[in-house]
Amino acid sequence: MKKKLDILVNGIFKENPVLILLLGCCSVLAVSVTVEGSLGMGVALTFVLVCSNVVISLLRNIIPDKVRIPCYIVVIATFVTIVQMVVEAFLPALYSSLGIFLPLIVVNCIVLGRAEMFANKNTVGDSFFDGLGMGIGYTMVIVGISVVRELLGNGTLLGFRIIPEGYQLGIITQTPGGFFCFGCAIAILVAAMAKKGKKFEPTMGCDGGCAGCAMSATCTDAKKKEEAKV
Amino acid sequence: MTGYFARIPLLLFTMIFTENYVLVQFLGICPFLGVSQKFSSCIGMSGAVIFVMTLASAATYAIFHAFMIPLGLGYLSTIIFIVVIAALVQFVEIVLKKFMKGLYNALGVYLPLITTNCAVLAVTLLNVDESVAQTYNFLESCANGFGAGVGFALALILFCGVRKTLERAKPPKAFQGLPITLIAAALTSMTFMGFTGMAENLFG
Repeated sequence: MKKKLDILVNGIFKENPVLILLLGCCSVLAVSVTVEGSLGMGVALTFVLVCSNVVISLLRNIIPDKVRIPCYIVVIATFVTIVQMVVEAFLPALYSSLGIFLPLIVVNCIVLGRAEMFANKNTVGDSFFDGLGMGIGYTMVIVGISVVRELLGNGTLLGFRIIPEGYQLGIITQTPGGFFCFGCAIAILVAAMAKKGKKFEPTMGCDGGCAGCAMSATCTDAKKKEEAKV
Repeated sequence: MTGYFARIPLLLFTMIFTENYVLVQFLGICPFLGVSQKFSSCIGMSGAVIFVMTLASAATYAIFHAFMIPLGLGYLSTIIFIVVIAALVQFVEIVLKKFMKGLYNALGVYLPLITTNCAVLAVTLLNVDESVAQTYNFLESCANGFGAGVGFALALILFCGVRKTLERAKPPKAFQGLPITLIAAALTSMTFMGFTGMAENLFG
């Protein structure tokens, strides 16, 4: 049981998918405008992540290695469609506020990345907790950023006015504000870790962050780097 | 009301500048931040994205209106489109490898990465989205895909230049690397806010 707890906590803090692995930035930047939308997005992603992790882990010995990425995508897309339909039916306001980013969970690097890096190597139980931990980690970060953005940009929290009208920084809720807040969040993390004596160098994609890239399995560059290491 | 012939240029202008996928709509951020360090890889990635986005827009539009609507399968668009894109990317890779060696050498590395580029799936889904103010015809949805690709390329190449300058900067220690890159992206996207409202005045 302790191991399961470790996996859960690992996803929330040590390997937080957004701040440490730097995956799934698109939806974090775009949806973190309101706290309400962020909570919805977090729950939706957690559901997809847990379900796809469990199913992929169940099928890990059946799926042929060569076509595993398309198989993962189909499994993930199925769960995303379920979520899409449920949200559209019961929470139409959330559905329209998330817009295109709800179906785009399909190509969210976190989901595919965990399928490739965790679920296809581990047992069903472990994969379940990994998905849950990662989902909670994602939700915490996106909600955290959205609290700052909604408060400064719109003067409200969950729709309630906190800062009086006329004192907002509208740009925080727009695109530049998204990049800015995310950059600051990572910088704060780097500074906090430096204080504890740990070194953390955030890299992503082809800057050398192959470990955190969902496509490293099919990427020829990543293969070359791997071979060079060996 | 915009005249019919002005619609395509309007669409292109909108997709490239006012509604730029990367810098205004937050789509395709991973490749935008991940690949923008080297100019040569920016060009390769941009070419591959423009190519695949245009093809994917055409293919998914045709499939959606020829098969999915008559069969009442509109609700499966997410699953079907991602499979179509994945298949298309594979197909393009095979064709280029066989018949166009030069182009394959330039774009080949970046093609597999495009399947999970959220901008590609987004453009195909938005092309057939009923809730978007206007529904596009075939030509318009191809133009939409092409414009989105060019917009992505513009953002990527511009940002590559910004990062080149950034390398010589000395930010505070905590901001080194990715954080300062994100702040630079914020400033770059601020410049694109200047285009807001321009399209309607130019082509209206």
